[in-house]
Amino acid sequence: MLIFERSKPGRYNGAQFQPSDADVNDIPAALLRDDPIGLPEVSEMQTVRHYTQLSQKNFSIDTHFYPLGSCTMKYNPRACNTLAMLPAFLGRHPLAPASTGQAFLCCMHELQEILKEITGMQTVSLAPLAGAQGEFAGIAMIRAYHEAQGDSQRTEILVPDAAHGTNPATAVMCGYKVKEIPTDVQGDVDVEALKQVVGPQTAGLMLTNPSTLGVFERRIQEIATVLHQAGGLLYYDGANLNAILGKVKPGDMGFDVIHMNLHKTFSTPHGGGGPGAGPVGVSERLAPFIPVPVVTEHYGEYRLLSEVDLPHTIGHLSANMGNVGVLLRAYVYARMLGREGMHRVADFATLNANYLMVRLQEEGFELAYPSRRATHEFIVTLKKLKDETGITAMDVAKRLLDKGYHAPTTYFPLLVPECLLIEPTETESKEELDGFVAAMKEIHDEAYDDADMIKGAPYSTPVRRLDEVKAARELDLVWQAPDD
Amino acid sequence: MSHANNDLRYTQSHEWVIQISDGAVEVGITDYAQDLLGDMVYIDLPEVGDNLTAGKECAVVESVKAASDIFAPISGEVSEINEVLSDTPEILNQDAQGGGWLFRMIPSDAADLNGLLDADAYQALVEPDAG
Repeated sequence: MLIFERSKPGRYNGAQFQPSDADVNDIPAALLRDDPIGLPEVSEMQTVRHYTQLSQKNFSIDTHFYPLGSCTMKYNPRACNTLAMLPAFLGRHPLAPASTGQAFLCCMHELQEILKEITGMQTVSLAPLAGAQGEFAGIAMIRAYHEAQGDSQRTEILVPDAAHGTNPATAVMCGYKVKEIPTDVQGDVDVEALKQVVGPQTAGLMLTNPSTLGVFERRIQEIATVLHQAGGLLYYDGANLNAILGKVKPGDMGFDVIHMNLHKTFSTPHGGGGPGAGPVGVSERLAPFIPVPVVTEHYGEYRLLSEVDLPHTIGHLSANMGNVGVLLRAYVYARMLGREGMHRVADFATLNANYLMVRLQEEGFELAYPSRRATHEFIVTLKKLKDETGITAMDVAKRLLDKGYHAPTTYFPLLVPECLLIEPTETESKEELDGFVAAMKEIHDEAYDDADMIKGAPYSTPVRRLDEVKAARELDLVWQAPDD
Repeated sequence: MSHANNDLRYTQSHEWVIQISDGAVEVGITDYAQDLLGDMVYIDLPEVGDNLTAGKECAVVESVKAASDIFAPISGEVSEINEVLSDTPEILNQDAQGGGWLFRMIPSDAADLNGLLDADAYQALVEPDAG
């Protein structure tokens, strides 16, 4: 039910609040609306109940285990939220002068420094508003770099076939052609195939390490060498940074540019489309092109660098300096963890993933890469289950909702049939992981005993199974008032 | 009616081809491919008169799971497209190797068909453990 459907003309909480009888008839007729504004008429209590009930229908990290692979749905500590909501932060106007916001700018500068240290990059900009915009900024900088070199023949971006779909989309948005690189049977990039396609037309390679297959790219140094010898640049998709936080620096692997998803690795709330934050870090040769603004410090005084300071910048990505509320939460999180905390995050993220992987294997689930140790996530393939029972990865995902677990990522990466990409994150306890294994085992048994029942799942959610084909073909998100 | 597996020629990228009349061939994706992709939601076909190059993208099929490029199995000119797919893409799921054909084309060189996989070779590609 929508709030509009609770509306009734003249409805309000009259016992506690009487409506104002202020005379507004002096507003000039030319400034008056022609049509009613169309806002719902409800009392404050009805509004509170409506949104509270809606929030109770949410399947969220605050209520349920949420092992959505590649999304790093970790718990968001409340302290980050509390400190980011301090009145001095909330009340600051984005256009207020630097002189009145030194403490805020100091926080942002420290966040830049922390991200530089973690990634091994020379310069960081906090400007991108989301991971996808960080990717766009990264590839736009690669383009700007080649153009500044007078190197206009580089028209291709290489992307492994396991990559996030945003990678090829980003390359195309930046005017590049995309060449796909295959993966070998062990889950590594096929370096021989890479050598075949890399050349003077190669602008760069976009790589996620650990990859979306949940394994560390072991030949990364060789890949970096092949690419750099051909004059291309190496792009790091930071989606899976959680696994290596504080352990390995992408800069040391040979990467030239990186975007980070603070809403994943740095534990700011996400899901439902944002807000996110996708800071970019670059090596020395890309530093002139970094998006503005960037916070700088000079003898203890902070200010924002603009196009005037950085004439080669790819420019602004938003009106001001990014999603500041998200940046502040990430800053508090990073400061709370400290250097040792970062190590612990990576340790527990990989420990939890490997524990869950082995336990599921013991219960009869088939791993996509059984010879490899998991990083922070891993892939189960349900091909055998589908062949024997007709139950697909999607059916298992739907049934998991009935058991009180959010489904893992389904059907990604595309190269593994009937796959579930499972990422428990560092914040779950052993009991929670064991509960998930038990639920998976139950569903596995149900598939052989009563496949039709699973085909009808979920049964316990506010809406039952959705028609995905209809949703994709006839997408309709606009509410319309029912005819009276 | 669906084409029998043995009458088709195949590509490594899961397209099939069959000679239908003097000069023309029909092109589609295999039943194996449609099963992996899942329910189709949108199909983007080439235009009649387009010149296709073997191995290059020529169409896109979008399912609930993924959008996938379709590669021209051989070179030639598109002579007809399966218009019915634009409103009823589910036909591709129901009858991938028959009514779900994508387009017809006049090959630049009909002998190119001989370079494609036969049914046994394709079967071995998709199910290396079987038989």
